[in-house]
Amino acid sequence: MATAPRFWRENPSRYNMVGFKCNSCGKFYFPPRIICPLCHRKSVGKTEPVKMKGTGAIFSFTEIHEGMDEHNVQKPYIVAMVELDEGVKVTGQVIDCDVCDLSIGTRVRATLRKLSEEGSAGVIHYGYKFVPVRENGERPGDE
Amino acid sequence: MRRVAVIGVGITEFGELWDSSFRKLGIGAGMSAVSDAKISADQIEALFVGNMSAGRFIRQEHVAALIADYSGIARDHIPATRVEAAGASGGIALRQGFMAVASGLHDIVVVGGAEKMTDVSDIESSMIQSSAADQEWETELGATFPGLHALMATRHMHDYGTTREQLADVAVKNHRHGALNPKAQFRREINRDVVLRSPMVASPLRIFDCAPSSDGAATVVLCPLDMAKEFTDSPVEIVGSGQASDSLGLHHRKDICTMGATRAATERAFKMAGLSQKDVDVAEVHDNFTISEIIAIEDLGFFPKGEGGKATEEGLTSFDGDVVVNTSGGLKARGDPIGATGVAQAVEIVSQLRGTADKRQVKDAEVGLTQNIGGTGATAVVHLFRRV
Repeated sequence: MATAPRFWRENPSRYNMVGFKCNSCGKFYFPPRIICPLCHRKSVGKTEPVKMKGTGAIFSFTEIHEGMDEHNVQKPYIVAMVELDEGVKVTGQVIDCDVCDLSIGTRVRATLRKLSEEGSAGVIHYGYKFVPVRENGERPGDE
Repeated sequence: MRRVAVIGVGITEFGELWDSSFRKLGIGAGMSAVSDAKISADQIEALFVGNMSAGRFIRQEHVAALIADYSGIARDHIPATRVEAAGASGGIALRQGFMAVASGLHDIVVVGGAEKMTDVSDIESSMIQSSAADQEWETELGATFPGLHALMATRHMHDYGTTREQLADVAVKNHRHGALNPKAQFRREINRDVVLRSPMVASPLRIFDCAPSSDGAATVVLCPLDMAKEFTDSPVEIVGSGQASDSLGLHHRKDICTMGATRAATERAFKMAGLSQKDVDVAEVHDNFTISEIIAIEDLGFFPKGEGGKATEEGLTSFDGDVVVNTSGGLKARGDPIGATGVAQAVEIVSQLRGTADKRQVKDAEVGLTQNIGGTGATAVVHLFRRV
């Protein structure tokens, strides 16, 4: 079992999708990096934390039936690679939908949810998951 | 740079080997390779051991020293080094051994690979395997190792029209080959229906799309080519070696249907060898999932991007095809004891080039290739072998 700091120190990115912008080349990254992989040393001192908008489209997805302990309570569950509107791809779960509602290109937005817990009395870890949205901002099935 | 030959190979049976410990497996493969090479223990100058995660599978680190000890070569205080690159640990260990001989630093080098995976539960084994991906930004957010490969499969099907049946054909072929390999974990043929009706793991991948957890070990003995005839009448030269890396996380790749590391390693290995894809008769590729083999045969340059599924369906990767892929049964049927896999691939190719592969022998095989992957493609290593 990991200690709390392993998760706690990533909270800004896990909770608010704080990424990283290199002001040397203008590219966005998520999660944050220590240096820009394109600009190398030139990026030192020229990077800033940037909150991703959390909106994007599904690039690929899968429904996971055999998983890991922490997620077994809710299996099967959906995992997608999402291309955020900033041009960055991230991996996360897609919730509040059925896998047949999804396809490559489905619009999603990030929301804060419970990711896992370390046993019944352990630390609960929160982070981003994605929910599908229509172009008008509503979720499918909202009407 | 000196030319390097393989003068001995050894491999254990692969499978759920409950009566075999890590050290028993490692020494078993080592002993058969050393006797195959007809060398004595005191001639060994260095040992490299490919191993992904003994610390988590058997709670034992420092396994290179362990193998040196139990094989009786620690008394001579030879250097023994563990090499870790997730699924590519064995292939990278082979490359370390190759470089040690090529550089002139050592003459006779033993390269082993071993993993003991079945001392932990299935779920624990899955979690250990998933640590080859990005733990903080893939796994902890819910992605499993099969799940990440499922993302590749979904996208490959979307972009290139690869079919669910074509994925199944990879497993069917590799089981058919594995049935001819007495050391394979699975020695039964299956058909498409078996794959398509098996339990879902991560859609579209089912249990028969996934390589198993396995115990096993493999070893090769290397020496300079100009010494090889002292030990064997049938040396096999390692004519090319290429290694490459890529982003740890799949989501950071330019294209999740292409393993850039495989492409780079392939180009380097072929350049070193002065050979091209059409020269290759037999290949062992990293089919930890069926989609992985389809992507591999494309990125290795055997087939154009997007046509790996079709090539498999048409039988171009089996006996009498353009290039016979995974005669051993591959990771899918031979088994995938992670650290052993890259070395086991070399053992199979050397057997093919010596003409000793029995029922699965590719006729007149002269050039062979191995491709070994770590994680979802963050490490790739490609070797080319040629009959001398």
